[in-house]
Amino acid sequence: MLDDTKSDKILVEVRDLKMHFPIHAGVLKKRVGEVKAVDGIGFDIYEGETLGLVGESGCGKSTAGRAILRLYDITEGSIKIDGHEIGATPQPELRKMRPTMQMVFQDPQASLNPRMSVAAIIGEPLDEHTKLGKAEKREKVLSLMDAVGLNRDFANRYPHEFSGGQRQRIGIARALALNPKFIVCDEPIAALDVSIQAQVVNLLEDLQEEFGLTYLFISHDLSMVRHIADRVAVMYLGRIVELASRETLFADPKHPYTQALLSAVPEPDPWLEEKVERILLEGDVPSPSNPPKGCNFCTRCPQVMEICREIDPLGQEIAPGHQVACHLYKDTEESAA
Amino acid sequence: MLHYTIRRLLLAIPTLLFISLVIFLLLDLAPGDPMASIPLTVPPEVKERMREALGLGEPVHIRFLNWLYQFFIVEPQVAWDHIFGTDFSEGKQRIISFQSRSPVMSVVAERMPQTLWVVGLSYVFATLIAVPIGIVSAYRQYSWFDQLGTFVSMIGFSIPTFFSGVLLIVIFSVTLGWFPSIYDTTHKVTDWPSFLFQIKQMAMPVFVLTLYNAAQVSRFMRASMLDNLNQDYVRTARAKGMSEKVVVLLHVLRNSMIPVVTVIALGVPSIFGGAIITEQVFQVNGLGQMLITAIYASDAPMVQTLTFIFAVLIVLFNLIADILYGILDPRIRYD
Repeated sequence: MLDDTKSDKILVEVRDLKMHFPIHAGVLKKRVGEVKAVDGIGFDIYEGETLGLVGESGCGKSTAGRAILRLYDITEGSIKIDGHEIGATPQPELRKMRPTMQMVFQDPQASLNPRMSVAAIIGEPLDEHTKLGKAEKREKVLSLMDAVGLNRDFANRYPHEFSGGQRQRIGIARALALNPKFIVCDEPIAALDVSIQAQVVNLLEDLQEEFGLTYLFISHDLSMVRHIADRVAVMYLGRIVELASRETLFADPKHPYTQALLSAVPEPDPWLEEKVERILLEGDVPSPSNPPKGCNFCTRCPQVMEICREIDPLGQEIAPGHQVACHLYKDTEESAA
Repeated sequence: MLHYTIRRLLLAIPTLLFISLVIFLLLDLAPGDPMASIPLTVPPEVKERMREALGLGEPVHIRFLNWLYQFFIVEPQVAWDHIFGTDFSEGKQRIISFQSRSPVMSVVAERMPQTLWVVGLSYVFATLIAVPIGIVSAYRQYSWFDQLGTFVSMIGFSIPTFFSGVLLIVIFSVTLGWFPSIYDTTHKVTDWPSFLFQIKQMAMPVFVLTLYNAAQVSRFMRASMLDNLNQDYVRTARAKGMSEKVVVLLHVLRNSMIPVVTVIALGVPSIFGGAIITEQVFQVNGLGQMLITAIYASDAPMVQTLTFIFAVLIVLFNLIADILYGILDPRIRYD
């Protein structure tokens, strides 16, 4: 896999996506501000690839994933999935689009209705979006259970009777039921044991190959992203700070935040671990309701400059397929030009 | 589930026996004399003989065992005889009220219909109104509908029925003259005008109790819906592309009904208990009103029997609520 992407066809196109949640306060519940959970992100996902989306807790990864599938009514921006613009489509019409795009949720326990059996959970989308007969539906459900490695005998059991890994398999089978093209995996392994994480990630990879799926893989686990993603986007405070192919990003991170993030990955070899030089960031993430002027990262950046506190850096392509939003590289580019 | 039900029913027997003993002893210790209302001109010896005739001369444990025998053996036999025309209970002593000297169970049977009509109907109305209000209030949280619902619920919750009942009487009976202020139990529904009159006289007590019960149930429904609306599985259902109707009425409502059904089931015994105060305000001579007069008159057999029937109903509906829980929620299995 020398090439960055598996195909040239763009399946998902996100431009300037903003998701702001209003804050109401006071006696009259006046709108006093907004939480800028996602503040203008844009990227493309090519058909058949996996785009990893990483960042620390609260940086807007999950919100971005949900907003792309229009589980929220977005504030601004355009989302094109498989050639259809869905940024402003009202929810009822969006329902007909749902089969193309699905989601695997973070918490496999809470995201399954506790009062529905496995067969009902997986089969419900089929009732809504297809006209299959009863027997066909049953067969489809069972074949999906086979595909995700669940025993067929478990079809009539309820979610609480399964382990975490099995529940996540139910969630994946459910997402696959309508033959989607694009699946957002919202930290699908965060709630699982480490031993189970690998199984689920491998299952996702196998399914990708088998069904030709495209993933947006949201995670804060860098080693998992390194394992599964073709390209990786790094988010900080509602923005994408760096986007590059997996090899480039892990070998040669450009943005100071990415560098700090990568230096925090633990080293399994204790001899090497002692020698690792960590970039420690000072302070906390600023509030997304009141982001700093200029670059979002300027309050914690070890290489902060005057310009960072004044002007917001735009995403620059410093090498083919490698985008960075940082003033450090603007100069080099300008001087090179 | 069956084993669980049987085990619970068996466990209920000692519980209820203990409850009946406690009630009996409490009534025995309570001050008051069933002879108090006898005129002072009656000489003490005669009073003493009357007391003995009522069975009060026996020691406590004999009287308790007598009551147990009458309640569990004689009264069921009477009911059996009444239905099938047999004569098992021939010549056996029934539980007799001190006030009316007539069998307690016959009086209960006389009073039951009024209570069931007024209190029972208001409970049914309350449930039918409260559940949809709770659903809409939660789905459109903080909308004007929700605010209005919250306001009305708070009124229903916080204004006691003796106030709202009297207020209604003042407005609708005294000032406007639309409804009668006193419930006429002897009224028989035979034709259309008499049916209208029946509706008129039921309107106010039913309304007062409906407001009170609906306030409670709608708050529970709303809270339970709100708990579930933000759950992840609801987002899953939306992501599957289900319509809002399916999401709310199938996924959310079914999960939200679990606690609400329990609240409703546990409230049913209170119907039979009668809304004592409301029955008193509107002069509905149902079970609640009967209990109050029996307490005033120190009518121990009547109070004992009624209280014990309420205890049986409460134990029974607790069990029903637990079984419903098991049916509604697959995570709960008792065996």
